[in-house]
Amino acid sequence: MIPELNIALAILFIPLISFLVLIFFGKRFMERAGLVGATFLGIDLALAIYILVARLSSGEVWDFTFTWIDFHTVVNNVPLRLDIGIMVDNLTAVMLIVVTLISFLVHLFSLAYMKGDVRFSRYYANLGIFTFSMLGIVLTNNYLLMYVFWELVGLSSYLLIGHWYEKKSASDAAKKAFVVNRVGDLGFFVGIMIVWMQYSTLTYTGLFSAIGSGVIPFDSSAWLTAAGLLIFCGAVGKSAQFPLHVWLPDAMEGPTPVSALIHAATMVAAGVYLVARTFPMLTADALMVIAYFGAVTAFIAATIAIVQNDIKKILAYSTVSQLGYMVMGLGVGAYTAGVMHLVTHAAFKAGLFLASGSVIYAMHHALHHLHDHHTDAQDVRHMGGLKSKMPVTFWTMTIFTLAISGVPLTSGFLSKDEILAGTLAYSHFTGHTIIPIIGFLVAGLTAFYMFRMLILTFMGEHKVAERFEHIHESPRVMIVPLMVLAALSFFIFFSLNPINASHGWFFEKMSYPTVAVPEALASTPTAEFVEEIHHQHSLAMILSVSVSGLGILFAFVMYFWKRVSADSFEQALKPVHTFLYRKWYFDELYDATAVAGTLGIARLLAWFDGAVIDGIVNGAAWVTKMVAVMSSKFDSLVVDGAVNFTAFFAGMLGQTVQKVQTGKVQTYMIFAIIGLMLLLALYV
Amino acid sequence: MTITLTHFLLISAVLFTLGLYAVLTRRNAIMVLMGVELILNSANINFLAFSRFGGMDIEGQMAAIFVIILAAAEAAIALAIVLNIYKRFNTVNVDEISFLKD
Repeated sequence: MIPELNIALAILFIPLISFLVLIFFGKRFMERAGLVGATFLGIDLALAIYILVARLSSGEVWDFTFTWIDFHTVVNNVPLRLDIGIMVDNLTAVMLIVVTLISFLVHLFSLAYMKGDVRFSRYYANLGIFTFSMLGIVLTNNYLLMYVFWELVGLSSYLLIGHWYEKKSASDAAKKAFVVNRVGDLGFFVGIMIVWMQYSTLTYTGLFSAIGSGVIPFDSSAWLTAAGLLIFCGAVGKSAQFPLHVWLPDAMEGPTPVSALIHAATMVAAGVYLVARTFPMLTADALMVIAYFGAVTAFIAATIAIVQNDIKKILAYSTVSQLGYMVMGLGVGAYTAGVMHLVTHAAFKAGLFLASGSVIYAMHHALHHLHDHHTDAQDVRHMGGLKSKMPVTFWTMTIFTLAISGVPLTSGFLSKDEILAGTLAYSHFTGHTIIPIIGFLVAGLTAFYMFRMLILTFMGEHKVAERFEHIHESPRVMIVPLMVLAALSFFIFFSLNPINASHGWFFEKMSYPTVAVPEALASTPTAEFVEEIHHQHSLAMILSVSVSGLGILFAFVMYFWKRVSADSFEQALKPVHTFLYRKWYFDELYDATAVAGTLGIARLLAWFDGAVIDGIVNGAAWVTKMVAVMSSKFDSLVVDGAVNFTAFFAGMLGQTVQKVQTGKVQTYMIFAIIGLMLLLALYV
Repeated sequence: MTITLTHFLLISAVLFTLGLYAVLTRRNAIMVLMGVELILNSANINFLAFSRFGGMDIEGQMAAIFVIILAAAEAAIALAIVLNIYKRFNTVNVDEISFLKD
């Protein structure tokens, strides 16, 4: 095995050790449990940086596969065996950095944010197992182990979202996240099964080379498309794509650093990572469906984010929207752009969540100080003017907001720009013009709602002067992670050219994977597509900067200068506002269909259980009872009757015959003589 | 008219019947015993008649003598019993002595 893979394995298992140490001995560490977790993750991050550096200077892919189970049979001329292993390519190396870095910063941030929590050590233990599962997803080289870690991520996110499980809303949100994810995972699993049935291998390299050799599942291209789309179902669940996006906003019930870790940078990115990994086997049809799913998700979430008032909900919907962006980017074929947006978004969205955590922390403390337990610490309408009190949080948040809005010089601009150029190129080749239109529209909306949030939170006047007095900047351990992430939100880390990333190291190292599907089924050849992106790049840049600028301008006009009253807008468009505020009634729709249906079936089954099954059981009991009663009746009447009758008859007979017995000798004698005479009469 | 076996047997039968009648109907235990004596004697007449007219010869007379001896013994024992009964019940009326009933 390559020595670097040993390090990769160490990266994988260090968070697990952290989990085991903290879950078993966490109570003993008391306050220091967080420091233990953070130390483990610090080592992990250092190792991940080493891997990335070594990886980027090395040519070949580090792959280690071994046969786990050999079935000793041959199917379709391929030996049937389960191969598992780990692999580090450039994508994995970058993902390792993303996961360990964000996890490490969240560990640090939580030291202050979660201080005094009732389950402090368990919180850190759960962060450990979550990081372990996520690293497992990016390190495996096959769909089997990926599915295993995929489910582990589902489990650990359940634990983290439901950290404050005493709150009904938190435990409900955890359940919702878990169940909704299962829906997508079902599709993922079926997709894996199709692939396994046809190719008898689940490793990426084995599978893609098998597809590349021209073998198509069940001799039908539709099956290949279906396999790709079913695997994509997993991504729909994990990456909160329409129509399974509903769990993510609810998952904001978890602690804010958790939201930064799992709902911004890692868990939700797993779906995008899955699509990127599966990219070589996706047919043109599958990619088109994926692109549309991404576009629809991006649009729906962006429209909802505009009207939300909870700072975390705004960020949650913006996450859903940006995930849709990534999926759309991958769907149109802009592989590197999609992956790059995943990485840049991980940094600035984690930053946004942590910054919002910092704001909530400050608000919470101020409210606590005033013994105000009614005001919602997360509602942006209660904030405002925090700029002067929390300068570091404000400036870092501004950088993150600029990045997500796609303002030049930021990392978000580079990746978003490439995705938009990709959509333009896609529409050029296929004529799906709706996708770039949605792309640019969402870019404008994103800029608008993000600046709305920023202005409402930090600018203007704070409404309650007394509360304002008590708002302070968060402790250093919380603002240092913000500064690190803010620094990473600049272009320089991804490309030396601030307006075009396509010649930066990221694009160079994260080149398009070789498409495995047969040419007739594949989308536009990579070289042609990249060429077209270059053509469209300037147009995309101009358009994206102008729509973002427009969005920002509108936000300032409405919320900073207040030239246009947001309230009158809201009144004028009341039905639209309500529709958006109620999140397109998705929850209501699912409550009415899926939830009500499930409950209905459950009730039906409960009724069936109560009426039929219990009826059968009770009926059996009744029959047994009746038989017992009858048998007891038979016993007391017939058997006892016979016995009693025998006794009675004997008594009667005795009574009757008794009369003959007079005790008088002479009577006996008469009987004897009569008897003798009868005998004589009979026999003589 | 010659006296034949039939005449003897008739007398014997009459005697037996009278004895039986006495045994069955008399209230006094002594009378009952006397009935028994009559029955025994009717048997004796039979024995003697068969000794004379039948083929029994001396054996019939032997049996009659045995019966007489037996009757004497019987009378002795039965009278002893009757005496005891009288001692116990203060009566020799066999109708009143119905202790067998219980």
